Amino acid sequence: MAETVVFVVCAVGAVASGTAVFVVDSMARATFALLASFLFAAVPLLLLGLSYLGVLVILMMVMEMMVMVVFMVMYMMNPAGLMPMSMVHNKAGSLAVAAVAFAVLASGVFLVPWPARQGSPPADPTLLLAEAIMGPHMLVMMLVGMVLFATMVASVVLSAPRGRYDRYGDDLRRHRPDDPIGGGLGR
Amino acid sequence: MVESDASPLSLLTLLVLLGVLAYGAAAGAAVLHARSAGTAPASAVAAPARESARLLVQRRRTVPGADTPLWRLGGVLLPVAAVLAAMVVPLGPVAVSDLSVGVVWFNAMEVLAWCAVWLLGWGANSVWGLVGGYRFLVQGLSYELPHMFALTTAALGAGSLRVGDVVAAQEEVWFAVLMPAAFAIYLVSALAMAFWGPFDAPVGRDLAGGAAAEPSGVDRLVLLAGRYMLLAVVAAMAVPLFLGGGAGPLLPGWSWSLVKTAVVLGALVWIGHRVPTVRMDRFTEVGWMVLLPLSLLQALVVSVLVLVR
Repeated sequence: MAETVVFVVCAVGAVASGTAVFVVDSMARATFALLASFLFAAVPLLLLGLSYLGVLVILMMVMEMMVMVVFMVMYMMNPAGLMPMSMVHNKAGSLAVAAVAFAVLASGVFLVPWPARQGSPPADPTLLLAEAIMGPHMLVMMLVGMVLFATMVASVVLSAPRGRYDRYGDDLRRHRPDDPIGGGLGR
Repeated sequence: MVESDASPLSLLTLLVLLGVLAYGAAAGAAVLHARSAGTAPASAVAAPARESARLLVQRRRTVPGADTPLWRLGGVLLPVAAVLAAMVVPLGPVAVSDLSVGVVWFNAMEVLAWCAVWLLGWGANSVWGLVGGYRFLVQGLSYELPHMFALTTAALGAGSLRVGDVVAAQEEVWFAVLMPAAFAIYLVSALAMAFWGPFDAPVGRDLAGGAAAEPSGVDRLVLLAGRYMLLAVVAAMAVPLFLGGGAGPLLPGWSWSLVKTAVVLGALVWIGHRVPTVRMDRFTEVGWMVLLPLSLLQALVVSVLVLVR
């Protein structure tokens, strides 16, 4: 009973704060409405007994939304709601897409013959989930991790305006890099 | 160490203890300040109470164009984050909730302070506040990974994310001895998490108070109380993670927890008084080039130890 109440509160809260993202007229408010929506979506994970995943979602979402709010405010036309600006583009089209997607998913809930539960839930669902994902596919996971990391490094290298010739001179003979900001290590 | 059938600590007791520790930290800072300023240190013990009373009756200053809901949310979030993080900190054998993922929970609730300080800075519609809020995020990005690895290393040594298990794993040797680098990094990042001492740039004097420049009256009281509570909580968590929890001779577990917490908190307050503020552009490089590799090396050493044992 309590679980149902918590789930309903979270479901309604997630949808309401998700809607708020498009209603509020400020990047900061939109970001925190989105964060609230994610946090409401994390609680059902806790209800499923996946406490590690649930708490991790809370942790990662808070951190990444704090990084995101900086960039949103930096890049968006209407950071603080100083000028009236709609957060919605192509209103009719997006409404139609959203309505169709909702109808398909909601009808799926009732039309799909869901299998009955076999056996009982394991003592540590997070461990089993991790083994199911990582166990036989460890090589794939490691490769994907390396590719992601290489992508991040490459994109930073490509987007940084200063290269090593700026820092160490044309023949790379400079001992101390010529950086606009000194850094804390006295290099 | 932490029995599963132990009655949980009540939330009210936790709030009282947290309040006492936070007041102690504020009073300690005031005493140190008074001593260096040449005024009577004894009368500074009551300084936080006087300041609280003053702030309670002070009229709230309004700022034109402030984003009031976000601003208020930021102020309230700081003490709330401290209390939520404190829920998994055991006092001797009992905690409000000994979650199976207590270490992750602690970190997740700590990080809510990032939201709080940024919101405080943003909501005030003041350039000082805004710069302070951004400084806190820059600082956060520089210490959070080493901080996480320090927490992970303690959990790794115990083979569990449950704070009670981390305490139990230190029956023979404290993790502060077994993993000194992780302990040191935890203390450094704990200071930074509470933007205290060398990491007080987000509320720095060069910014007229930064994120704390505009809040006045009761808002300011909540902000300052939340900051001291956060400092008390990160000090208290060092005890179960690295200092053997409630282990100690003669006295019961809860009193050892309190004594150790008071010692760590006193050390943090003292460091805050002694060490000057570090600039964020300087600390970023130290965080990424020194603290992060050091924390990874420490995690590697502990992993090998765990595998060999």
